[in-house]
Amino acid sequence: MTAPTSDIEARPTLPERDSPADLERRRTQEVRLRKAWETPSGWHYWTAVNNTEVGVWYTATAFAFMLFAGVLALIMRAQLAVPENDLVSADFYNQAFTLHGTVMMFLFSVPIFEAVAIVILPQMLGARDLPFPRLSAFGFWSFVLGGVFVCGSIFFNAAPNTGWFMYPPLATDEKQSGIGADIWLLGLSFIEVASIAAAVELIVGTLKCRPPGMRINLIPLFAWYILIVAGMILFAFPPLIAGDILFEMERMFDWPFFDPERRGDPLLWQHLFWIFGHPEVYIVFLPAIALIAMIVPTFAQRPIVGYSWIVLAAVGTGFLSFGLWVHHMFATGLPTISLAFFSAASEAVVIPTGVQIFVFIATLLAGRVIFAVPMLFATGGLAIFVIGGLTGVMVALAPFDWQAHDTYFVVAHLHYVLIGGMLFPITAGIYYFYPLVSGKMLSMRLGKIGFWLMFVGFNVGFLPMHLTGLRGMPRRVFTYADGLGWDWLNLVSTVGAFIFAAGVLVVVYDVVRPKGREPYAARNPWNAGTLEWLIGMPGESWGVRSVPFIKSRYPLWDQPDLIRDVDEGRGLLPDAEEGKRETLVTSVLDAEPIQCLRVPGNAVVPMVAAFTLGGVFIAATFKLWITTLVFCVAFLAALIYWLWTGTSVIPEKTEKHVGHGLVLPIYRSGPASIGWWAMFITMVGDATAFASLVFGYFFYWTIHADFVPEGAGPGVLWPMVAMGLLVAAWAATLAARRLNTAGRAGAVRLSLAVATVLTVAGGAAGLWGPWTTNLDPTSDVYPAIVWILVIWAVVHAGVAVIMLLYCLARSLAGRLTREWDIDMANVALYWHFMAITAVVTFGVVGLFPVVG
Amino acid sequence: MFIHGGRNETLWPLIGPPAVWAIHFTASYVWAAIACAKTTHEDAIYLTARIGIGVMTVLALAAIAYASYHAWRVWGFGRYEPPHADDTEEDRRRFLGYATLLLAALSAVSVIFVALPAAFIPECTW
Repeated sequence: MTAPTSDIEARPTLPERDSPADLERRRTQEVRLRKAWETPSGWHYWTAVNNTEVGVWYTATAFAFMLFAGVLALIMRAQLAVPENDLVSADFYNQAFTLHGTVMMFLFSVPIFEAVAIVILPQMLGARDLPFPRLSAFGFWSFVLGGVFVCGSIFFNAAPNTGWFMYPPLATDEKQSGIGADIWLLGLSFIEVASIAAAVELIVGTLKCRPPGMRINLIPLFAWYILIVAGMILFAFPPLIAGDILFEMERMFDWPFFDPERRGDPLLWQHLFWIFGHPEVYIVFLPAIALIAMIVPTFAQRPIVGYSWIVLAAVGTGFLSFGLWVHHMFATGLPTISLAFFSAASEAVVIPTGVQIFVFIATLLAGRVIFAVPMLFATGGLAIFVIGGLTGVMVALAPFDWQAHDTYFVVAHLHYVLIGGMLFPITAGIYYFYPLVSGKMLSMRLGKIGFWLMFVGFNVGFLPMHLTGLRGMPRRVFTYADGLGWDWLNLVSTVGAFIFAAGVLVVVYDVVRPKGREPYAARNPWNAGTLEWLIGMPGESWGVRSVPFIKSRYPLWDQPDLIRDVDEGRGLLPDAEEGKRETLVTSVLDAEPIQCLRVPGNAVVPMVAAFTLGGVFIAATFKLWITTLVFCVAFLAALIYWLWTGTSVIPEKTEKHVGHGLVLPIYRSGPASIGWWAMFITMVGDATAFASLVFGYFFYWTIHADFVPEGAGPGVLWPMVAMGLLVAAWAATLAARRLNTAGRAGAVRLSLAVATVLTVAGGAAGLWGPWTTNLDPTSDVYPAIVWILVIWAVVHAGVAVIMLLYCLARSLAGRLTREWDIDMANVALYWHFMAITAVVTFGVVGLFPVVG
Repeated sequence: MFIHGGRNETLWPLIGPPAVWAIHFTASYVWAAIACAKTTHEDAIYLTARIGIGVMTVLALAAIAYASYHAWRVWGFGRYEPPHADDTEEDRRRFLGYATLLLAALSAVSVIFVALPAAFIPECTW
């Protein structure tokens, strides 16, 4: 393919600007584009998968959950307003604070970042949509169902009540925790799936779906942050999923992972939870800062000062945030040196965090600042965040933390960090980006009122909590005795909380109030420089009329004819001749166009898949095993239908003219295809979860001198047989891929069949080892962790069997051939990870007892 | 590998220095944790861990120094001032070199931070 050499102006093939022929061309193109990107009406509206729909639903739903959790907070503040209050019962209070934390973290903070990114990232990158719109829709429906399930539990007095980090032994005790803990574990595991789906979508979107010319040094800062945060999700969420698996096995089947009497250890849960939980704070914070990094240059009316420094800060924070988790465990009696490592890393992370704030200050100093509402929220948020950051430096010091641990000082710290570092910037983002979504502006007057109520209310509410905490008030108590010096501080906090809530209500009212009679906003109302403001007011669902060539970090400021050229269809992909949804795929570093990607259109199947998968989790919560199985089969059927009809679609032609004399392939496979990338990224997350389970195995080995009881274990023979068979299956799969490239369809099918048989045999041999040596997983933690590792590998082998049979069926149906081989390449990639999983699992359970 | 630009460049070198930090951090933590779990107070297992962490720190700083030199060269030895915001392959390369250099500095500081406990804490638990 040829790289674009011509500028937009130099287009000999187009009719002269504004000539009748040119106007006619534009009109017909617009009709075709509008038809291809049409949003369905009536009931079918909910089958839409376009980012302009799904992203908005996602944002609105996350906000609804936030308001719900906010109401719970107000109930708690009302309860704590005076000593010895009996407004709510202790148990309801437990449910309220657990659900408040859970919902704010899992159903608001993380999803809102995915939601906002789905809305604005494609627009910022001049893309028509993200590469996997149906995956976004699937993630959204999973999120809605899981969220309603978790939130709804409180109306049945069945909400989780053991705190949002679910520490065993309290949370593993069936009598103390009830079904609420199961709802937490399964409901949130389901939502974590949606988060990982979003991470896949956003990484591929940022790296591969940029406009031509937008090299890696020119991408909007928001995209840098999204890339880093999506990468963090891949390494942060899987340990929690692994922990959830262990936890649920203990609760449902009495496997003693966290039970010290049978040599389990509650600390393993704390490790796995906080390996997730601390990076999560940054997963929440960085995207919010990313919004500020877009807002500050606009209102300073100049490019950001220190673009590279922001990249340093984003990447640096992304890494360092994984070295902080033990600072939540300072009071658990770990060796001093372990605490010191994490204390040191906790102090180091201040450096990149501070860099970002100085970059913003420098940009504001260097520009002419316009103090509009988004700037108010952005700077107000930063001020609050800095205070939270300073108390963070204090609690990162282990001796201070021992004093403040589990007191209201920590409550104050974390709310300063999260509300200043996340809620205020998000609100700034809402005021800033609202016109992108609706074409209208929010009220500046209501925005100012809302801001001051929120800012003052927040500080009145949370500043006294530092003192309450230092005076010894523990968190999570439902009431307290008179005369401990906490009374008036709590009363002030409650008053502040209600003022804050009033501010939130003003903002919510501003967003939802009818604006039918108001005029549309002017185009690019803030005079911003980045590409998302290309959009017309109101925007069209095609996103960008045609894809421009980018030469600057702030193209709307630096490329004067850009808007006009885009509008007149003088960029790339100005048309939808075949009536298909299309977007560009470009190379990672230099954004050279490499593919014209057909993205799937509206469909009901993502919703069906999400609801059936949700059914699996919900039925399992109530131990309805037959229903669980039925939903499993239904989910599998939906998934296969989705894949068969909607992926690796064979195009009617191999190449397409996309404008400017550029001809791009429509179908690409292997490392050049986005599907291969998605598989790779998903499997990195999967491998992280697996690594967490292996970490569990060695964790138990570390704490027990005689971890492997004498004579116990799955033996050496069967694990080795399993390993050998699965490695042979991997080889057979690779042979199938090679034979496919050689065009020998018969041999491909034979190879796939052989691989299938070897995989089934390998899985069976894997289970046979622990089965035949009578390892009882409920007796002791050693058999339990061996079984979990083996089951993990065998389940993956089961997935591999489905993939191999799928390829076989595609081959027989003529949809997998030498030329159209996406499926084969992706399954081979899965098998690389499968082979590693098999070798590590069976190597550890079979050989480690011998050498250890 | 698969993140390539012209001249077979990739995005990976950018995360080289922080990856060195991550490996150093994990290895230090795991080594010290195992040493403290298995120590019996008479043996030198903890002292060995401290010395080992010291050696790993030197290696990590050497690796970061190597990455810094490479990044400095890619950046152009400081001949060009940021912001590196032109739409040229050269400026893209300079930007990546410069950002890598900044990350190397942060990673070096962080490696030293994390090594200090091993230098100063004589026993697993005071």
